[in-house]
Amino acid sequence: MSANGWLQFGLYCLVLLATVRPVGAYLARVFEGERTWLDPVLRPIERLIYRLSGVNASEEMNWREYAFAMLGFSAVSLFVTYLIERLQAHLPFNPQGIAAVGPDLAWNTAASFTTNTNWQFYTPETTMSYLTEMAGLATHNFFSAAVGMVTALALIRGIKRTASATIGNFWVDTTRTLLYVLLPASLVYALLLVAQGVPQNLHAYTTAHPLEAPAQTQTIAQGPVASQEAIKMLGTNGGGFFNANSAHPFENPTPFSNFLQILSIFIIPAGFTYTLGRMTGSPGHGWAVLAAMFILFAAGFTAIYWAESQPHPLIHGAAQSRTLTAPGGNMEGKEVRNGIAESALFATITTDASCGAVNAMHDSFTPLGGMVVLTNIMLGEVVFGGVGAGLYGILIFVVLSVFIAGLMVGRTPEYLGKKIESYDVKMSMLYVLIFPLIILTLTAAFLLSPTIGLPALTNQGPHGLTEILYAFTSAVGNNGSAFAGLNAAVNPTTLWWYDVVMGWAMLGGRFLMAIPVFALAGNLAMKKSVPPSPGTFPVNTSLFTLLLVGVILILGALTFFPALSLGPILEHLLLKAGQVF
Amino acid sequence: MHSVWKTSIRFTIVTTLLLGLGYPLAVTGIARALFPRKAAGSLILKDGRVIGSELLAQSFTADRYFHPRPSAAGNGYDATNSGGSNLAQSNKALVERIQGSIDKLSAENPGTPVPIDLVTASGSGLDPDITPDAAFFQAPRIARARDLSQDRVRQLIQQHITGRQLGLLGEPRVNVLDLNMALDKLTK
Repeated sequence: MSANGWLQFGLYCLVLLATVRPVGAYLARVFEGERTWLDPVLRPIERLIYRLSGVNASEEMNWREYAFAMLGFSAVSLFVTYLIERLQAHLPFNPQGIAAVGPDLAWNTAASFTTNTNWQFYTPETTMSYLTEMAGLATHNFFSAAVGMVTALALIRGIKRTASATIGNFWVDTTRTLLYVLLPASLVYALLLVAQGVPQNLHAYTTAHPLEAPAQTQTIAQGPVASQEAIKMLGTNGGGFFNANSAHPFENPTPFSNFLQILSIFIIPAGFTYTLGRMTGSPGHGWAVLAAMFILFAAGFTAIYWAESQPHPLIHGAAQSRTLTAPGGNMEGKEVRNGIAESALFATITTDASCGAVNAMHDSFTPLGGMVVLTNIMLGEVVFGGVGAGLYGILIFVVLSVFIAGLMVGRTPEYLGKKIESYDVKMSMLYVLIFPLIILTLTAAFLLSPTIGLPALTNQGPHGLTEILYAFTSAVGNNGSAFAGLNAAVNPTTLWWYDVVMGWAMLGGRFLMAIPVFALAGNLAMKKSVPPSPGTFPVNTSLFTLLLVGVILILGALTFFPALSLGPILEHLLLKAGQVF
Repeated sequence: MHSVWKTSIRFTIVTTLLLGLGYPLAVTGIARALFPRKAAGSLILKDGRVIGSELLAQSFTADRYFHPRPSAAGNGYDATNSGGSNLAQSNKALVERIQGSIDKLSAENPGTPVPIDLVTASGSGLDPDITPDAAFFQAPRIARARDLSQDRVRQLIQQHITGRQLGLLGEPRVNVLDLNMALDKLTK
């Protein structure tokens, strides 16, 4: 670890903190339907979208209608992406003449991008046409980000409204999120990325004749990278235009582009805490939630940065310590321009959020570094979390924290003026339990199958267990990062099972978990507000922040610790003892 | 229910046209106008032929050139199949590969520990950079192969070090293709 590494972390935190208030306030304006400075340009487009889609913008929906609209939109857009993938050979913007995507992979990828997961069982350079990237995949980067954000918005409205049967209009909320937040931000951001060197063109791939051997060739994959990169990060999607994702110099060419990328992962989730405080009239609560996120974020970064700075215990004769001009540490799978600090920071952020982009290969991390990355996802991606998904995720933990505090003092818990009753706690527990249930069941099933699950492994021993555990955790958590040694394409049977089962796992992790959130939102909206009493547990204090951190850690640790001890912890101990596989 | 499906279909079509075609094509147009070279992949031309991209590693194996980091992209430096080795630290194959490279490299510069980035595969397999330490490590070999003094080679490396961006971000590095092109100019 170096002073410069910590300085970069400190700078990141300061810049992020400075964005919270302006971003959060802007989001609130957009969500409340207030006027923004973009109105002169965007308001006519917004009206046009309503007219063309047949949306009645003044209609209010109850939680079931809202959830149905969300599911309907997701299903239709999933199907459109599936069609584009299957038909890409006959569609325009395919200068490389790439063939149709096979049915099971097309299903897996469509499910993956619809759920904001962006798990990729393919090498994009040779599998997807430019049209598929732009109209099939990048659109979902917008859609799934907006869906996550309006789900959180619905929950905030549930907390805010009293004795109300409705929680807003899905189509209006989604349109405004897309138009006033994601589209303009992506446009500016994409151009900043091009200025750093990210390509943006529709050319066929370039054939180069290398300096040392001009008779040979190097084919250079190109494409509309910057436009996709921008929304990939801003919408915490994480699906790479190239196989190596943000480790690829075309996706992330400079340390400054790297800084922009990690900032853009957290910028909306961090701002959302301020939106929560502002819309519910309790700004202190927003800051208290943000503080809990920062504590878990800093802890994760410290652990990963330390672990990745360690030398490999079994390698001799190499300079593995930091010098003024070399970062040392574990450089397998990492890029020189990022070094250890920026790789550790990116890995922490992408798994705290449900982004899943990577600028270094997590599979080659040290056992403990890899464990922390995995644990971040296992905590439910509530440390900032995905856009919207992080906020509704942590609000579930907030409800549980308030409930536990209520149990301690023997009173009916209240949260921002709403009584938390049995239905609310049941929905919250449903949300919390669906997650490990799917992950652990499917991990166990694939681990026990020598013909389906195990042939995909690149690494053996405890690390192999972690590869499968990571895959299902990432899928259900809608993260999308991978221990990418897991290669399902070894034989058709293995590929089919991973493609199909993980596709359903991703849908489960997204939609089975969103429905209890809508139910909670609807139920809270119907309640009357009760004034705070001396017995009310305040949710804007440091005591609350610490309780929230405790609840998140205890739930995560209790659920997943046995699996972690069989994977990364065992691997670490064996490696220390000189055992390799 | 009927109206949900109808609205979903119409909304998907409208927004796909806007976000899936309008947005990326607008970015493409503006990018080409403002940053034509970067938008086209930062390609380097020599005698009218593309020799590579400034941002991507390419293979160098001769003694007279600086070598990039090992690549796990395809069969090596395949810019249509980027990626890392994905080998775990506890994988025997990784330990043997790294130790083998170290033993080989130690022979060309005995007594100096091998900078770790020079024997580890990058995440993309296309990392265009090596650390300054890894460049200096190769100086004796280059000097021998090109019949230059080691000081001259070290001086050239020094001139090609890119510092931290804004003095703070990332790590100091040397672009291998740039350095090799400068090397060719020097001994022409």
